Amino acid sequence: MDKFTTHTGTGVPLRRSNVDTDQIIPAVYLKRVTRSGFEDGLFSAWRSDPEFVLNKAEYKAGTILVAGADFGTGSSREHAVWALQNYGFKAVLSSRFADIFRGNSMKAGLLTVILTESEIEAIWAAIEADATVQITVDLENRQVRYGSTTLSFAIDDYTRWRLIEGLDDIGLTLKHVDAISAFEKARPAYKPVTLNS
Amino acid sequence: MGKTLAEKIWHEHIVRSADGEPDVIFIDLHLIHEVTSPQAFDGLRLAGRKVRRADLTIATEDHNTPTIDIDKPIADPVSRLQIETLRNNCKEFGIRLHSLGDVEQGIVHVVGPQLGLTQPGMTIVCGDSHTSTHGAFGALAFGIGTSEVEHVLATQTLPLARPKTMAINVEGTLKPGVSSKDIILAIIAKIGTGGGQGYVIEYRGSAIRALSMESRMTICNMSIEAGARAGVIAPDETTFEYIKGKPHAPKDWDAALAYWKSLHTDSDAKFDVEVNLNADELAPFVTWGTNPGQGLPLSANVPNPAEISDPAERNAAERALTYMDLTAGTPLKAIKIDTVFLGSCTNGRIEDLRAAASVVNGKKISPSLRMLVVPGSARVRLQAEAEGLDKIFLAAGAEWRNAGCSMCLGMNPDQLAPGERSASTSNRNFEGRQGKGGRTHLVSPLVAAATALRGTLSSPADL
Repeated sequence: MDKFTTHTGTGVPLRRSNVDTDQIIPAVYLKRVTRSGFEDGLFSAWRSDPEFVLNKAEYKAGTILVAGADFGTGSSREHAVWALQNYGFKAVLSSRFADIFRGNSMKAGLLTVILTESEIEAIWAAIEADATVQITVDLENRQVRYGSTTLSFAIDDYTRWRLIEGLDDIGLTLKHVDAISAFEKARPAYKPVTLNS
Repeated sequence: MGKTLAEKIWHEHIVRSADGEPDVIFIDLHLIHEVTSPQAFDGLRLAGRKVRRADLTIATEDHNTPTIDIDKPIADPVSRLQIETLRNNCKEFGIRLHSLGDVEQGIVHVVGPQLGLTQPGMTIVCGDSHTSTHGAFGALAFGIGTSEVEHVLATQTLPLARPKTMAINVEGTLKPGVSSKDIILAIIAKIGTGGGQGYVIEYRGSAIRALSMESRMTICNMSIEAGARAGVIAPDETTFEYIKGKPHAPKDWDAALAYWKSLHTDSDAKFDVEVNLNADELAPFVTWGTNPGQGLPLSANVPNPAEISDPAERNAAERALTYMDLTAGTPLKAIKIDTVFLGSCTNGRIEDLRAAASVVNGKKISPSLRMLVVPGSARVRLQAEAEGLDKIFLAAGAEWRNAGCSMCLGMNPDQLAPGERSASTSNRNFEGRQGKGGRTHLVSPLVAAATALRGTLSSPADL
């Protein structure tokens, strides 16, 4: 996973709440067995509308998606995170994310930042007035900055550290393989197994 | 202070706990399917890692598989490659797989319980958000992404932040014609699609205890539609009876049973949030919009967005009515339906098919629509055929299909055409979920069957 410390780019206002992962990438795009090339499926139904924000010239270069509440609800498909990343997004800002989507994003290195609804509204207003406004998402200092505004956001120390260092989660867990083995030895015998021994 | 059921299961699965770090939780059962696993197996190969516990892992083909002509090669080459990839991965890593055509094949969340692999007190994960279904047995079960699938394959654990707990108390008695699907749709309408975010929901109360296992699964299944990653119901005699005699029921039954009986929320435990619902007041529920929280009793009218005070909700309702091509004030019962879909991990089990068959028995579906009946698993299909349900559906004019996820997510050829409107017993009414431009109304099996007969959204009481 790439390290994430600070990213500066322009924002894309997505003034919709309850953006589910079927909208982010429909199921027909999930037949691929790769982890890349999902950008064509990103918001594919909405992109057929020329007025959709991603089709507007001024937002083409955007790397920070600013979305309404309850972003990423529904299906657990990590393809939604990959599609956003493959398209070029580095961070998503919203007042509330669905649990599984947020977990997936932090595993894959797409930074999801929780701000208040009024803070999201203010960013929407700013980037709709001027699409070239530079937004900095600073993970080290837990800040979002644009113009003269500085906003703080919360993220747990562990996830922040893992993202900044770009660490492999599986590798971290395998450092405790002895604890896993000990746990396995103590498991009750009546727990089911899928293979006949 | 005592513990809630979810806290007990969590506590018993902590492999490692350290300040400032997520708990490392042991996973008792890992369910796999073709869509969310290929990249995880690739990751293992790239890092030179093995599957740690193939004996706690099981795979089935469900999302992408056709429901007709299952004896022929899959027509879509991209779908075929994904299925073949799963088969190759399972072979390479020694994982038990139930392929299309196998008698144990079916939707992953139908297969686990019917094999008896889903048991109280377990931790169960799958790269599928409806893994919450298994919580009906008093298991802590939740959906994960592909990175986490790889993590579980490699370590049989997951690093997880401790969830908060929510109790939803449903007291009273359901009226005839009202089912567990109506309970969960009413709950989601009440707390919203984000209401359960960050929580494990425990469904409690006399109305929940009175439900069969399969009805309980319907409720836990849609916990994710309320934003909760997991939902649990305390195991009881209904649970134990259901597991007894299943292929993977514990050999040391008494030891298992003694443990299972300890799995309930302590009387002095505290939930972070409690929500109450009166079962006596519930009626058949349907959705009118494009998220599962946009639901109302079937007797209501399409809502008027102008009367919604919250601006974000008003905006969402306006967008939904445009997408759904509905006019505020229209009675929900006046909405004409093109396709009825009976199936999915929400309502594709034998009881669901029985309920729908009891309504259509001896009658014909409306000539203005088609009805697809898709059993949740090959076993459910066989059971239904043994009971003659297939003949009832076929005589009524419905299509009798093979098992799979089918039109719930429209990943295989079972899709809505643009503009087509469905009454669906599945779990998501998202834009385009059942096919690009398709419009979905979520309903119970009873409402689906009555709708099929009348051609408009209806309950059996309308017949």
